[in-house]
Amino acid sequence: MVNRIVVGAGYGLRDWIAQRATAVIMAVYTVILLAAVVANGGSTYEAWHGLFASGFMKFATFLALLSLFYHAWIGVRDIFMDYIKPTGLRLGLMVVVIAALVGYAGWAAQILWRL
Amino acid sequence: MATVKFSIYRYDPDKDDKPYMQDISVELEPIDRKLLDAMVKLKAKDDSLAFRRSCREGVCGSDAMNINGKNGLACLTDMDSLAQPIVLRPLPGLPVVRDLIVDMTQFFKQYHSIKPYLINNDPAPERERLQSPEDREELNGLYECILCACCSTSCPSFWWNPDKFVGPAGLLAAYRFLADTRDQATNERLDNLEDPYRLFRCHSIMNCVDVCPKGLNPTKAIGKIKDMMVRRAV
Repeated sequence: MVNRIVVGAGYGLRDWIAQRATAVIMAVYTVILLAAVVANGGSTYEAWHGLFASGFMKFATFLALLSLFYHAWIGVRDIFMDYIKPTGLRLGLMVVVIAALVGYAGWAAQILWRL
Repeated sequence: MATVKFSIYRYDPDKDDKPYMQDISVELEPIDRKLLDAMVKLKAKDDSLAFRRSCREGVCGSDAMNINGKNGLACLTDMDSLAQPIVLRPLPGLPVVRDLIVDMTQFFKQYHSIKPYLINNDPAPERERLQSPEDREELNGLYECILCACCSTSCPSFWWNPDKFVGPAGLLAAYRFLADTRDQATNERLDNLEDPYRLFRCHSIMNCVDVCPKGLNPTKAIGKIKDMMVRRAV
């Protein structure tokens, strides 16, 4: 197969911005969570249960987890792009990671709204 | 007269099975101030040693090599600044032709891929295309690159994907033409770089800034390219 330099796959900027946006969301959530834990008093089962009973906390936690999964996807994809050379293997691993992260997102929703 | 010890990467594919390090020392005069001066004496002592050199004053970019673990130009490196034995290796990540000479084909392929020339389809004026002093100011810190490849060969992203990532030298040149008010191909240039490999392999670790013998800042230029893309898309 010929090996040419092909230019402009036409994506990359969105992921780059998303990685930064999701990082900000996670940082803000960390502050909210720490403040809420301190305000709610301690780490007893009741305190935790009470904390996550509110709709706002469910929403904020789910948003932070979605941010984490998207952020993780871009980071892991970058590692694959650097170190996994065979294209078929790289594509296969990417599909596995996407499937796992989508699964985690569903699982996170199930856990949060079961509480 | 002072004796200086060297440990030099040697490899001649016609004779050697694999590369080895040669220990060699050389007598230097006080006027031999730069590493290149010492290497010229080394070459007189052992003429099988191969390295590139030309202008001997940091303009041609021929004598880039890995000096005590850091990329730099032999002609600009003070002997006083180097701990002995002075370890010389070829630029990392490129195929070795012989000793300290590397094959720069991949590096220049990436440079050419960003179209390193002014694109302007207006009829050429009688004398020249003028810029205001302020517009010309934008090109400072960009046009001075001598393409020695110190930066690109110190960049891990370029080591892993030299065929796909443009590298700091190429991206600095790309921004040099994006920043030029006389250039009319801004959109095409940004399209060319809108790619997860070509531009976004850069994670701003700034190895390029650390080694540039001309004191340029490719990371800043790459940041400005991303800035232009954000302004175009958001």
